[in-house]
Amino acid sequence: MSERWIRVARYEQLPEREGRAVTVGEKEIALFNLGDRVLATDNTCPHKQGPLCDGIVTGSSVVCPLHGWKVSLEDGCVQRPAGEPHQVRTYPTAIVDGIVEVQLPVVSGFSRTS
Amino acid sequence: MKRLVVVGNGMAGMACVEQILKYPRQFDITVFGDETHVNYNRILLSSVLAGEKAEDDVIIHTPEWYRTNGIDLHVGVRIVDVDSIGKTVTGNDGSCTPYDTLLLATGSSAWLPPIDGLEKDGVFAFRTLGDTRELIRRSAPGVKAVVIGGGLLGLEAARGLQVQGCDVTVVHLMPTLMERQLDPDGGQYLVGKMEEIGIRVLLGRTTIAVLGNGHTEGVALSDGSHLDADIVVVAAGIRPNVDLARKAGLTVNRGIVVNDQMETSDPDIFAVGECVEHRGVCYGLVAPLFEQGKVLAATMTRRRGPDYTGTVQAAKLKIMGVDVFSAGDWSEQNSEPVRYEDRALGIYKKLTLREGRLAGVILVGDTSDSHRYMEWLRTGTSLAEQRRHLLFPPPAADAGQDVAEMQDSATVCGCVGVTKGAIIEAIHDKGVCTLSQLKERTRATSGCGSCTRLCQDLLRAVAPDFEEEKKTVICACVPFAEEQLREILRSQRLKSVQEVLEIYGNGIGCEVCKPALSYMLDMLWCGDHDEDRSARFINDRVHANIQKDGTFSVIPRIRGGVTTPDELRRIAYVADKYHVPMVKITGSQRIDLLGVKKADLPKVWADLGMPSGQAYTKGVRMVKTCVGTDFCRFGTQDSTSAGIELERRFEQLFTPHKVKMGVVGCPRNCAEVTVKDIGLVGVEGGWQVVVGGAAGKSVRKADLLTTVETTEEALQAAGLFFQYYRENANYLERTYDFVERLGIEKVRKETIYAPAPVQEGLLDRLQKSKARAKDAWHEGQTPRHPTQFIPLVPLEDVSGALA
Repeated sequence: MSERWIRVARYEQLPEREGRAVTVGEKEIALFNLGDRVLATDNTCPHKQGPLCDGIVTGSSVVCPLHGWKVSLEDGCVQRPAGEPHQVRTYPTAIVDGIVEVQLPVVSGFSRTS
Repeated sequence: MKRLVVVGNGMAGMACVEQILKYPRQFDITVFGDETHVNYNRILLSSVLAGEKAEDDVIIHTPEWYRTNGIDLHVGVRIVDVDSIGKTVTGNDGSCTPYDTLLLATGSSAWLPPIDGLEKDGVFAFRTLGDTRELIRRSAPGVKAVVIGGGLLGLEAARGLQVQGCDVTVVHLMPTLMERQLDPDGGQYLVGKMEEIGIRVLLGRTTIAVLGNGHTEGVALSDGSHLDADIVVVAAGIRPNVDLARKAGLTVNRGIVVNDQMETSDPDIFAVGECVEHRGVCYGLVAPLFEQGKVLAATMTRRRGPDYTGTVQAAKLKIMGVDVFSAGDWSEQNSEPVRYEDRALGIYKKLTLREGRLAGVILVGDTSDSHRYMEWLRTGTSLAEQRRHLLFPPPAADAGQDVAEMQDSATVCGCVGVTKGAIIEAIHDKGVCTLSQLKERTRATSGCGSCTRLCQDLLRAVAPDFEEEKKTVICACVPFAEEQLREILRSQRLKSVQEVLEIYGNGIGCEVCKPALSYMLDMLWCGDHDEDRSARFINDRVHANIQKDGTFSVIPRIRGGVTTPDELRRIAYVADKYHVPMVKITGSQRIDLLGVKKADLPKVWADLGMPSGQAYTKGVRMVKTCVGTDFCRFGTQDSTSAGIELERRFEQLFTPHKVKMGVVGCPRNCAEVTVKDIGLVGVEGGWQVVVGGAAGKSVRKADLLTTVETTEEALQAAGLFFQYYRENANYLERTYDFVERLGIEKVRKETIYAPAPVQEGLLDRLQKSKARAKDAWHEGQTPRHPTQFIPLVPLEDVSGALA
């Protein structure tokens, strides 16, 4: 198993302080434009699998639209309810020439040129 | 009995016939109208175009009215000739009808300027219901419309087309808008207002040609530029229809010449309305028609009635949110002008005075005093006494009081009788430092509560340990009570959530305060705020209700619960086409399509072709109705029509919490309106308006707000409460909590019993908001952001790549 940077969106496709989902293979990744950077997580709330991309962004956290769980976009930790051990997977991101890239796990041997 | 033939089935002719019918019957009446409708209110066509009124709402006389009054009505027949010797009229259907008395009420037609290509498909005048229907049919989001003419009619047409979704440009020959009603300054203010609501205005330009091959594709202007246009509306002025009068040999100048008794040069032929010229003036507005009709009816029935001496010309632009009023002679020749203007607020007022009396008035941006001025114009009141308060009403006795200027013996709380001295004593001697302590100690503010601000000011000024109370603070991000926050946003003219958070909050905000602030800004600025979708809950970003699996529910608006087979077929078609997993009849007499994917929402809305039912938002939900007098044996009021109108008036607006309404035609209450936020209960001879009902988490019987006679009064009372709730409730406070918190007496006092200016203010702000409100589902076609509905796809092929 290795990891690879995947070009998932153009920066202007992401409105500031909102989330958007991108489907990469079988995975739904939520992207959040925080103004100075873009953060990426799995698009699934650990509570009842709500779409985090549709939540309201508060600072560098998002509030799930279904039942209000609050998840840090920095490390994926659940901040509310307090003491929840669940964590949402986060992914490294970069913005290169206006393109948002996310580092995702890939099947080894898969090459970029395909 | 003499035979009266009326040529023209419009407002002027029928207003006169109505007056004639008030006298003992002298005539057999035959009416010819070249349109195929009964008499309707032509001045409301712009409201029909703007979707504020349905066609039926503008009908003045139903076919039944003609029947009951024994009037022989011929619609779709144009009278083409008059033989004033043989006393007959000839119709374009070949008919020849004899008359003893002839009334010409032929009105006016659109004046068509010399423009090439006006015959092309897509070019309209805006004069008839037929024109209006066709314009509505052709309007859609993205359709480009050009309106030629920046007068009253042109601007109203422009707004109507815009509401229908068109991109609208007004092209006007003169350097300012509405130059017949406004001076150049007033016209400039109006330009600003029109552009503010999103209508482009091009001044000082002539249209020289309509372009296109058979169908309109654009217009060419005198400055060499071109505009794209799918629709062109010509509203460049009107011309009295005088052909028949000429054929009858009457004296005709610009219009048919009439004297002060409304007689023409032929003793058996009369004329009324826009086709006549009286003392050199041809009127193009509605008020003169009625005044002329009254005088003419007296003359025709050989009574020596009052003379017609002309009408004070007054015009009001019927565009909600763009307030324009003009009356009398506002030219500054031989008059003293009195002006006020405020560029930031877009308010311009000018009065002209002659010999200490009002001669003319122009109001742009604030027409709340138009009644006062109209009264002064009509009565010719001497204004010596009002001289200091011409532009603003004299300040109310209690306004502008500064705590420091008040004497200790002055009453602060009039309800309970607490003086300033008593409050200061409580602060100093009893250590009172909060409002609730003050209330507990002195009972000040416990009556109507209108002295709360004053008490707070006193506390702030006097109490050494004054504390702002924190319990009503929205959240920690913006630590202010909502009431206070509303005042801050208003006075500081803040228009965006982010701005508020940065100046008065922690700069970040959260899921509690962001939607609340979004609501407040929308309400305070009547929709003219900087909308920030990131501050909205997902439902208000995609205009649908999110479900547990992340799909959405779609509920189209079905006003009053009254639908049509055609709508039902479309709903069924959509349900099939998009494999909607559940179609459900809701408790609100609507149909819910559950399980729609976000990406399908725009297509679903387009296929439904129905407006959003707002079932996902804190806003106006619906009006549930019973069958009412149309079919029900027991109905005492037409509940469905009233319900549909109620829904039309408030729909698309946002509220502190959801607002569910209902209308029933009798006290059997089949639509359960006594547990609705706002309800109308039909009783014999009138309506009860009830508010603050609930049948949710808690059950509460609605309180009676008022009992009124007419449907219009009921809708008005509902409007007062509705706006009062919008402005004063805390976010997420349902009407039943709101009414209970304030008490129905206070609610009545501040709505239906409030002084006229307060009521007008509430209704005016309601109308302003309504003017800006749009069907949210238009965003399906014109999204606010390119990826609002469309899911992102990676920019490279990743098939098989991911673990």
